[in-house]
Amino acid sequence: MARPLSGLARREARWAYVFLLPWLLGLVIFQAGPMVASLVLSLTDYDLISSPRFVGLGNYAEMLEDPTVATAIGNTAFYTVLHVPLALVVSLALALMLNRVTGRAAGFFRTAFYLPSMTPYVAVGVLFLFLLNGQAGLVNQFLGLFGVDGPQWTTDPAWVKPGVVLMSLWNLGSTTIILFAALRNVPRDLYEAAMIDGAGPWQRFRSVTLPMISSALFFVVIINTIAALQMFDQVYTMFFGNQTAQNSYGDAALFYVVYLFQQGFQFLHMGYASALAWLLFAIIAVITVVQVKVGNRLVYYEAEPPGGTR
Amino acid sequence: MVVLSGALAAVLAVAACGGVGSGSGAPPGGGAALTTMGFGFPDEIATTRADAFKKAHPEVKLTVNQGQFDEQAFLSAVASGNPPDVVYLDRQLIGTYAARGAIQPLDDCVAKEGIPMSDFYPAAQQQVKLNGKWYAVPEFYTSIILLVNDKAAKEAGADPKSIDTSDWDALAALAKRMNKVSGGKIRRFGFYPKLPEFLPLWAKANGADLLSADGRTSRLDDPKVAEALGYAQGLLKDQGGWTRLKAFTDTFDYFGEKNPIAEDQIGMMLTEQFLVTSLASTSPDAKITVLPFKDRQGNPVTMVGGNGWAVPKGAKHPDVACQWIKTMTSADTWIAAAKARAAKRAQEGRPYPGTFTANAKADQAIFSQIVKPSGHKPYDDATTTILGVQEKGFVVPQSPAAAEFRTAWIDAATRVMQGRQDAKAALSQAHQEAVKALQAAAG
Repeated sequence: MARPLSGLARREARWAYVFLLPWLLGLVIFQAGPMVASLVLSLTDYDLISSPRFVGLGNYAEMLEDPTVATAIGNTAFYTVLHVPLALVVSLALALMLNRVTGRAAGFFRTAFYLPSMTPYVAVGVLFLFLLNGQAGLVNQFLGLFGVDGPQWTTDPAWVKPGVVLMSLWNLGSTTIILFAALRNVPRDLYEAAMIDGAGPWQRFRSVTLPMISSALFFVVIINTIAALQMFDQVYTMFFGNQTAQNSYGDAALFYVVYLFQQGFQFLHMGYASALAWLLFAIIAVITVVQVKVGNRLVYYEAEPPGGTR
Repeated sequence: MVVLSGALAAVLAVAACGGVGSGSGAPPGGGAALTTMGFGFPDEIATTRADAFKKAHPEVKLTVNQGQFDEQAFLSAVASGNPPDVVYLDRQLIGTYAARGAIQPLDDCVAKEGIPMSDFYPAAQQQVKLNGKWYAVPEFYTSIILLVNDKAAKEAGADPKSIDTSDWDALAALAKRMNKVSGGKIRRFGFYPKLPEFLPLWAKANGADLLSADGRTSRLDDPKVAEALGYAQGLLKDQGGWTRLKAFTDTFDYFGEKNPIAEDQIGMMLTEQFLVTSLASTSPDAKITVLPFKDRQGNPVTMVGGNGWAVPKGAKHPDVACQWIKTMTSADTWIAAAKARAAKRAQEGRPYPGTFTANAKADQAIFSQIVKPSGHKPYDDATTTILGVQEKGFVVPQSPAAAEFRTAWIDAATRVMQGRQDAKAALSQAHQEAVKALQAAAG
C-alpha cells in the first residue's frame, strides 16, 4: 500500500504538475486529439479529398493480406535489431572516453561529440548517399586502404540496410550525453572501495559502472528502439526523396513509416495509412512493455521512487 | 512515428472538419490574386512567360511558391481547404488526382478562355484527359532519344551515325564494347538503357503496351513486355550489374560542366531531350550524336512526358488560374520565351537547340523562325532528330490508378535489375498488383 505523502512532497508534486502543464496541454491538443481522429479514420476509406467512408476493420484486414506490410516490418525489425545494440555500445564507448577527458579539453570534446547530432536528418541522408556510394564514396575508399573491396551500400539490396545502420551512428550525440551524465554521477568512493578490494578496470566497469548506469542504459535502449521503429527522415531522403530515387532502389529500404507515408500521401489511402500507424503504435507498445518487464529485473535504481513499493 | 502520426492525423482532422472549398471569402475569380505551387523561375523561359502574364494582368497579385511539386504539401493544402490556385505537376500524376477529385475539370476554362487544345501534340493531349474531360493543360514536351558519345563509339569501332537500336543482338554487343571496367570499378557505362523508368519504351520497341488504350486493363503480363525487360536487364548484367552501374550513375553531374559526356562516363544512353539542351549550354563543343530510338522493325519510337498546369479543387481564384494557364501555354508566350533564350545563348556564344513545348503551333514557329543553325553541327543535327521523333511519341495511357500502376511496374523492373526475380515472375506479380489497383480505382 502506498505511503501518504508528506507536506513537502505534496508541494513538490503540485509544482511538478504546474511545470508539466504546458506539455500536458500540448499532448492533449496536438497529440491525443489527432490520435483519436486517426483511430476513427483507420476505420474508414478516406482519400483526403472526399468524405471518409466507414469500412469497419477492413483496413486492418487488408494489412494482413498486404505483402508489403510484412516487407516493411521485416526491414524495420532488421534495422532495429542491428542499430539499437550497436548504438548503445558505440555511445557507451564514446561516453567512457569523454568521462576520462578532464580540464579545458573536456568542453571541446563534449561539444565536438554532440555536434553531428545538430545536422538536420535530411542533410545527413544526402551526405551519406555520397559517403556510402559504392563507386566513389569515402567509406569504400577507406575500406580500400585495407584491401577490402567495399560493397554497394546504396544500391545492393543486401547492403542497403547495413548502410543505413552505419549512417545511424552519425546521430549518437544525445545518447552519448545521457550516458556521459550517468557516468558522472557514479560515486567515486565506489571505485575507490573496489580498487582497495583489488578490482581491475574490467571488474570495476562490470561490477560498479554498469549497475550504476543501468537505469540510463535502460532508458536509452527504450528511446532508441522507439526511434528505430519510427525511422523515416534519412531513409526517405536517401531512397524515396524524388521520383528518380523512387524509381531506383526498390523496397530494400522500405521502412514501415516510409510505406505508411507512401500510402497516405502518394496513393491517397489515408484510412489505410491511419490503420498502419495504429499497428505500429501497438507494436511499439508491446515491445516497450516487454522491455520494461525485462528491464525491471536488470536495472538498479539508486533511489526508491516516492511512495514506491519496490 | 508519434510525431508523424500526430501531424498526419492533424491534417486529417482539419480535412474532415474544414471541407474543400470552404473559407473562400472572395467570389470565384473575383479576387485579383493568384498563388502557384510546383513552379519556379530557374531561367528566362519561365520568367518571360510569367512577365507576359503580369503585363496582361497587372491587377493580379501573383504569389509564386517556388520549388518542385511536393505531393504531401499539395494534398495537405487541398485537404485543409487552402489550396493554391494553380499547380504545376508531372502529367503522369493527373489521372490519380483527377479520379480522386484533387484537381478540377478544366472544360469550362478551356471553353471560356478559348484555349486551343488541338494545338497541342496528341500524346500530350492524351495525358491531360480522363474520361473525356480536360484536367490540365500541357506545358513542356519531353521525348526520348539516343545520345551517343562519339569518342566511345569510335573506340568501339562503330560509326556513331550508323548505330541502329532495332538490332538487339548488335546493340548488346556494341554496349559491351563501349563499356569500360577496370580495377573493379566501372569507368564507362557502355549503354544506359534507363530502366526502370523507360520500361514502357522498351516494351513498345518490342511491340507491346503496358496498359490498354482506355487505361483500364493491365498488359503487364504480355510476354513481349517480359522479353523486353529481360533483354534490357541482360544489357545491365553484361556491363557490370545494376548495383554497381547504379552507384556509378549516382555520381554523374548531368547538368554541370563535368557531365557524363564531358567526363567520358557514358558510351550511349536513352535520355529525355532536355539533357541535350543542357549539354548545348554546358558542353557546346561536345562530340555527340543524337539518334532516334528505333523499335525492332526499325521505326523510330519515343515516349513522351512533361508537366502540366492544373487547378486544384477548392482553388479560390479559378478564373485567374485559367488566365495564367492560357498565358503560360499559348503559342505567343512560348515564342517570346524562345526568343529570350535564343538571344541569351547568342550572347554567350553557345548553341540553342530549341525549346520543345507541348504546343505544336508554338514549336512550328520556334523551329522555323527562331532556332537557327548554330555552327555546332552535333546540336543542329540533334534538333532535327528530336523534331523528327516528336510526332511518333506515345504515352502510357492515363488512368484513375496512374500512380499505383506506375509503382507496380517500376518496382517489378527494379526487382529484376536487382536480381531478385526474373522478368516473367516480376511482371506477373506487378500485373496482379495493377489489376487490383485498377479495379479499386474503377470502383
